Amino acid sequence: MAGSAATINAAGATFPAPIYQKWFEEYHKAHPDIQINYQAIGSGGGIRQLTEGTVDFGASDMPMTDDQLSKITKFKVLHFPTVLGGIVPTYNVSGAPDLKFSGATLAGIYLGNIKKWNDPALKKDNPGVNLPNEDITVVHRSDGSGTSFVFSDYLAKVSPEWKTKVGVNASVNWPVGLGGKGNEGVAGLVKQTPNSIGYVELIYAVQNKMSYGSIKNAAGNFVKADFNTVSEAAAGAAKEMPEDFRVSINNAPGKNAYPISTFTWLLIPNTIGDATKKKSITDFLQWMMTTGQADAQGLSYAPLPKQVVAKEQKQIALIK
Amino acid sequence: MGTVVATAPEQTRARKFTNIWRDGDQIAHLVTFLFAASVFLVTVFLVYELWIHSGPSRAKFGFGFITGRIWDPVAEQFGALPFIYGTVLTSLIALVISVPLGVGAAIFLSELAPPQLSNACTFLVELLAAVPSVIFGLLAIFTLVPIMRQYVEPFLKHTLGFLPLFQGPAYGVGYLTAGLILAVMTFPFIISISREALLAVPREQREAALALGATKWESTWQVVVPFARLGIIGSVFLALARALGETMAVTMVIGNDTSIHTSLLSPGYTIAAFIANNFTEATGDIYLSALVELGLVLFALTMVLNGAAQLLIMATTGKGSKQP
Repeated sequence: MAGSAATINAAGATFPAPIYQKWFEEYHKAHPDIQINYQAIGSGGGIRQLTEGTVDFGASDMPMTDDQLSKITKFKVLHFPTVLGGIVPTYNVSGAPDLKFSGATLAGIYLGNIKKWNDPALKKDNPGVNLPNEDITVVHRSDGSGTSFVFSDYLAKVSPEWKTKVGVNASVNWPVGLGGKGNEGVAGLVKQTPNSIGYVELIYAVQNKMSYGSIKNAAGNFVKADFNTVSEAAAGAAKEMPEDFRVSINNAPGKNAYPISTFTWLLIPNTIGDATKKKSITDFLQWMMTTGQADAQGLSYAPLPKQVVAKEQKQIALIK
Repeated sequence: MGTVVATAPEQTRARKFTNIWRDGDQIAHLVTFLFAASVFLVTVFLVYELWIHSGPSRAKFGFGFITGRIWDPVAEQFGALPFIYGTVLTSLIALVISVPLGVGAAIFLSELAPPQLSNACTFLVELLAAVPSVIFGLLAIFTLVPIMRQYVEPFLKHTLGFLPLFQGPAYGVGYLTAGLILAVMTFPFIISISREALLAVPREQREAALALGATKWESTWQVVVPFARLGIIGSVFLALARALGETMAVTMVIGNDTSIHTSLLSPGYTIAAFIANNFTEATGDIYLSALVELGLVLFALTMVLNGAAQLLIMATTGKGSKQP
């Protein structure tokens, strides 16, 4: 046993960092020989460090692009979904605690086309709600983030204008609005600014007991985000899951699928030279998909659907 | 005979060597020289690194990087003007407020206040200068931003709203709020250093002025302050340097919007805040390189303003009384 001790270094996304820390700690307790160090430096940083070969594996809230993958010549990168998250709209409108948004309305607000809370589009989504005749203050993330990536990806899926005018990225050229740093920055601005709207991660909203709105999904139902509706989005997308797991599950089919949902991924090289490290990493992946998933809900993440786990377990065999 | 000839030069060389090391002055000279050289080396290294890593961005955008007004990571089109504008504007607002306040306070503390009060205030000022910027940022978010949104900005719009500087919605965050928090952060520096400079003015200068029949205020304003102006200008430029580079507190209150607005009430962005916010998630070589070039621009901006300061000091010392 003494010969099989391994220290593994990983870096990447901040959004799943709480559960990763917990997993690596629990795994270390169960397997004292294996120590996995995780630096939550951001998805972009994780991809960079993996590309430069300074970490054993990376983690990201956005799948790597073909361009990024082509820069790594020593090995191929395998994407392993770990947990799921949702992104929810949060707002500060007096007298309107529970609002509904269709994708087109949300895109209109973030494009600056819908300027007032009593705009006909918002009235149509919220029949019977007394919306004020006030300007909407739009709040977005000021820092590059996987959250903004998923949110802009969703808007691009539901709005052709967003797709051509703004596009999808961890940070985009926002047409309107104020920027807040991190979930807490956005939440703070929304809380303080009357008649504002912003978006935060579901886990942040749940942990801080914030109220948030429902979004109209692809099936035409207004759905509020929770673990079940986010997981259902993944299950809906699982049928068309590509072999490499690089998939956006935004606007997924499914009656109760929450439309702004995402996987978060571990980025694992397909060849790991060190035999001990290889065994440790594959064992950990196996553990994460089974025992580890039980930790997800306690930390407000949605666990992986069974279909996805089954598919991922096959991918473990590709690590050589 | 032969051995003597052979050993003589070695002995002298050895003696010379020990002589050098016996001589404390020489050692001190060498060591302090190395320390001083390290400052130079760090600066050179910094510029070199920024220059090398910003290569792809400089090659792609050229001078257009500085004049470009659009920062679009999706289209990989990068222009730094909104950030340069935000940086210079917020620093200017900060100085317009903090220089009169700071210099005025320094004059009071060094010339007019009773010694006990002066000492107590100075202690507080130095404490204020040591407060981490994130604390100022939090303070601003919880107190300054609501006050600005509810009272100050509506008031400005109401009274000065005919000026383009005070138009648009009152968000509470924006250039003006960022400038204000920078003023609060920089004025302890101005007070502290200006007070030192004023206290260093020889007693004879004051006595001479008073002997010529000047009042206390005339001697202070016409003799002591001009005498100490180098130190005061120095304090202003130290404050400017801090304002230009301040990151955390600014990003918390400036609104982080990547476009250029005339109104001081509008949200904007500064170079330092933008780099800090976007570096970790920057993917793509051009994007990363453009962020490094932003750093280079900030460095150049600081150099230019410091150069201007030196020129200003040289120009003013040419005239009037010279400092000893």
